Amino acid sequence: MTFLSHLISGISLGSIYAIIALGYTMVYGIAKMLNFAHGDVIMVGGYMSFIAMIYFGWPPLLSILFAMVVCTVLGILIEQLAYKPLRAAPSLAVLITAIGVSYFLQNAAQLIFSANHKSYSSVVPFGSLRLFNDRLIISGTTIVTIIVCIVIILALNTIVNKTKIGKAMRAVSEDKDAAQLMGININKTISITFAIGSALAAVAGVLLCSAYPILMPTTGAMPGIKAFTAAVFGGIGSIPGAFLGGILLGIIEILGKAYISTQLSDAIVFAVLIIILLVKPTGLLGKKVLVKV
Amino acid sequence: MNRTIKKTKMVPLPSHSIIPERDIAQKPILEVRRLGINFGGLAAVEDFNIDVGRTEICGIIGPNGAGKTTIFNLLTKIYQPTSGAILLDGHDTANMNTVQINQAGIARTFQNIRLFPSLSVEDNVKIGLHNQIGYNMLSGIFRLPAFFSGERRARKRAMELLDIFDMTHLASHRAGSLPYGAQRRLELIRALATNPKLLLLDEPAAGMNPSETEELMSNIEKIRDSFQIAIMLIEHDMRLVMGICEGIAVINYGKIIAKGTPEEIQNNPLVIEAYLGKKKGNHTC
Amino acid sequence: MKYLRLRSKIDNWLTYGLIIVAYIVMRLLIAGGNISSTLQGQLVPITAYIVMAISLNLTVGVLGELSLGHAGFMSVGAFSGVITATLLTDAIPMTWLRLALAMLVGGLFAGIFGFLIGIPVLRLQGDYLAIVTLAFGEIIKNVVGTIYLGYDANGIQVSIENNTLQLGEGGKVILNGPKGATGITKLSSFNAGFILILITLFIVLNLINSKSGRAIKAVRDDKIAAESVGISIWRYRMMAFVTSATLAGAAGALYALNYSAVDAGKFDFNKSILILVFVVLGGMGNIRGSIIAATVLTVLPEVLRAFDEVRMLVYAIILILVMLVRNNKTLRQLFQKIGIRRRNSLSNNKEGDET
Ligand SMILES: Nc1ncnc2c1ncn2[C@@H]1O[C@H](COP(=O)(O)OP(=O)(O)O)[C@@H](O)[C@H]1O
Ligand SMILES: [Mg+2]
Repeated sequence: MTFLSHLISGISLGSIYAIIALGYTMVYGIAKMLNFAHGDVIMVGGYMSFIAMIYFGWPPLLSILFAMVVCTVLGILIEQLAYKPLRAAPSLAVLITAIGVSYFLQNAAQLIFSANHKSYSSVVPFGSLRLFNDRLIISGTTIVTIIVCIVIILALNTIVNKTKIGKAMRAVSEDKDAAQLMGININKTISITFAIGSALAAVAGVLLCSAYPILMPTTGAMPGIKAFTAAVFGGIGSIPGAFLGGILLGIIEILGKAYISTQLSDAIVFAVLIIILLVKPTGLLGKKVLVKV
Repeated sequence: MNRTIKKTKMVPLPSHSIIPERDIAQKPILEVRRLGINFGGLAAVEDFNIDVGRTEICGIIGPNGAGKTTIFNLLTKIYQPTSGAILLDGHDTANMNTVQINQAGIARTFQNIRLFPSLSVEDNVKIGLHNQIGYNMLSGIFRLPAFFSGERRARKRAMELLDIFDMTHLASHRAGSLPYGAQRRLELIRALATNPKLLLLDEPAAGMNPSETEELMSNIEKIRDSFQIAIMLIEHDMRLVMGICEGIAVINYGKIIAKGTPEEIQNNPLVIEAYLGKKKGNHTC
Repeated sequence: MKYLRLRSKIDNWLTYGLIIVAYIVMRLLIAGGNISSTLQGQLVPITAYIVMAISLNLTVGVLGELSLGHAGFMSVGAFSGVITATLLTDAIPMTWLRLALAMLVGGLFAGIFGFLIGIPVLRLQGDYLAIVTLAFGEIIKNVVGTIYLGYDANGIQVSIENNTLQLGEGGKVILNGPKGATGITKLSSFNAGFILILITLFIVLNLINSKSGRAIKAVRDDKIAAESVGISIWRYRMMAFVTSATLAGAAGALYALNYSAVDAGKFDFNKSILILVFVVLGGMGNIRGSIIAATVLTVLPEVLRAFDEVRMLVYAIILILVMLVRNNKTLRQLFQKIGIRRRNSLSNNKEGDET
């Protein structure tokens, strides 16, 4: 029974990673860039929902919506100001710029909210689910997190596969130049991708802080790196891959903590990533790149 | 097209290939048997057989997408063959990788030029000489005498090789900044620098004007004569192919459709249908 | 562009000259008491960062592979160096010799790690390779933070995760799990840092300008072409990677032995990124650029003290602006009009590699 409980926690944590990883993977797929500032957008989402709930006294749902709107605007702003001028630049230049944006967000947050942590209270208004004579207790936050993740992945799948903008996204990710020739507006598609990724980051921020109620300017950093790992794990650029990678990573982390070592759980997560990449160099669901000579 | 046709006496081998009579005393440098590769169902090359004499200039022609470049990629192990055997100088190359193939004696150029663009012209040639420069990493770091003598010899040799194409004055230019024709020539020199027994040239005249092509033709023959090596070349310029190749293989859809001397190839109805006859005067396919 | 050979020679001497002149100037300033104590405290870290930046440039600029875990090698060097120095306390009274040995052992261990990590890492390419270096950096940080190591008259004791050391009379704990190395005897000095930079320059510049360095650059430019002319890409990627790791290890030992306590968290992803920023801003493959960037960017936050609270924010903005100006044509032209000129932008990085 404890195993089941760990497994469920793992899936829940993995759901958060998956939501963050979706942002990484979509941006990578379309703009071919590693957006290292993505983790910090999560943190901004956390703070925004916190402010809305505590200072404005808004209800949780409205607060989440507020966080999503702010993060979406922020995501588009970052893309327009920092990344768009670098479309033609080497990828390393874009990477360093993303790191600059990450520093900026963390330090801005520190300036505004101070480095001290805030105690976040869960946005989930109902208590735990108790099963088998209290031998299995699943918190409301856990349940909501998993459900939200499933809803998001289904919605995203529909957007990408069924809508016009989704088609444009797939086209741009396949071949930017060809897409442009077919009359697809590349800049608009990239902006929309950033918008969706950032809105998801806000949701992830709220869920993350609900589950681990400590909010600091660096809150997004480590989950960001791990979610990024999850995206690579699943095959960066692939949406189902991000989902799979996120969930697996969460499970590995929680089970590793429970059964192998608390302190070494991060090492275990990264070791699994390395092994996966050695066996499948482009991740679990990544496409094999064809090199023609 | 009929301007100069190579008149070398070609003799048949038991394998039904032909090689120049002067090479008959020695084993062919390259013997390829039933070579093939599949790309997810597409047989890009199938049942490819050829023998190349020690000092032969051998041409491979065929329409675009026929599988010519793929043959070079198979010979140099950039692609792994799905079937067949390649014997280089009588030795099976099945267990060799690209690096070992080069060290065993095959050097090549690429259809889409692959130089080291950020290095100087001289350094590009010195990279070709790399395995002949006899000093190691530590001598290099500590600047031992071996470093200086090794570098001096490499520089001298690099200049000699560049001189074949009158390129010594470009030695200190960045390779990536050279005009297209010069890049092709440099790539050839770099391949030659590795001291090969067999040189593979993938469309060496592509993008060259007629006078450059003329110079290239005489240089290819000059290289063969002075280095006594075999040269295999893929080319669409029929004047070049018919002018300097002694044996020619025609490929279509991954298969050899004809083999023979330039004269035989020109008069082969199959070839004319598959290749020459399609669009007269347009050899850019 | 025309006289690449000559230019590269002159460039190398300029680089040595820069370091030597900077050293003399600093020595004069220190002797005259004209230097703030904060800056003086930064001297050893700056020298360590310079070595880190030069060594990372070997991987990123010269070999052309993005490494996001360089701090991991620094960490290995730092802790093996501290252990060496502490164990040798009684055996070798000369502090300079102990420091030298600590840096040597630190470099050696980091080099061995570089080799072992290189085996899987160098099978990958591009972004995937970068992520695996990140992963190794995190693993090193995580694992080092769980090691307890001490010694007494009976020898060395090690335990992992839980402190089960049972040290006898006069025993000393060197590594203390998450707290890291504590009670370090400070051995590092500006002079030692200066010498390490000179050694690093000697190794890296001579390597780059030799047969092996040429092969490394060839592998960067085109792997398939390199193989086709008989260059083993595995060998030369490994050579660059291990050399880079070794130098980072020596720098780590220098860095750690400048403090009385160091924990594994000091060598995290942020540190790797910090070094990477030095390399990118200094110019890919441009060794002198790395030196200048490492110095300026370490001193910059101190200079920005005037801005106090917002200084890191300003730092971030400067970083973004520099990247934008250098890599965006329109912005660059705009800046050139106002008279700010810059060499070695990333967009023409390929030319800067002879330095
Ligand atoms: N790496 C590869 N993967 C899949 N197909 C390939 C690959 N390389 C070549 N091909 C296919 O093999 C066929 C022959 O190509 P190639 O040898 O380049 O022709 P050419 O005769 O023009 O040099 C083409 O249909 C090409 O698309
Ligand atoms: Mg071809």
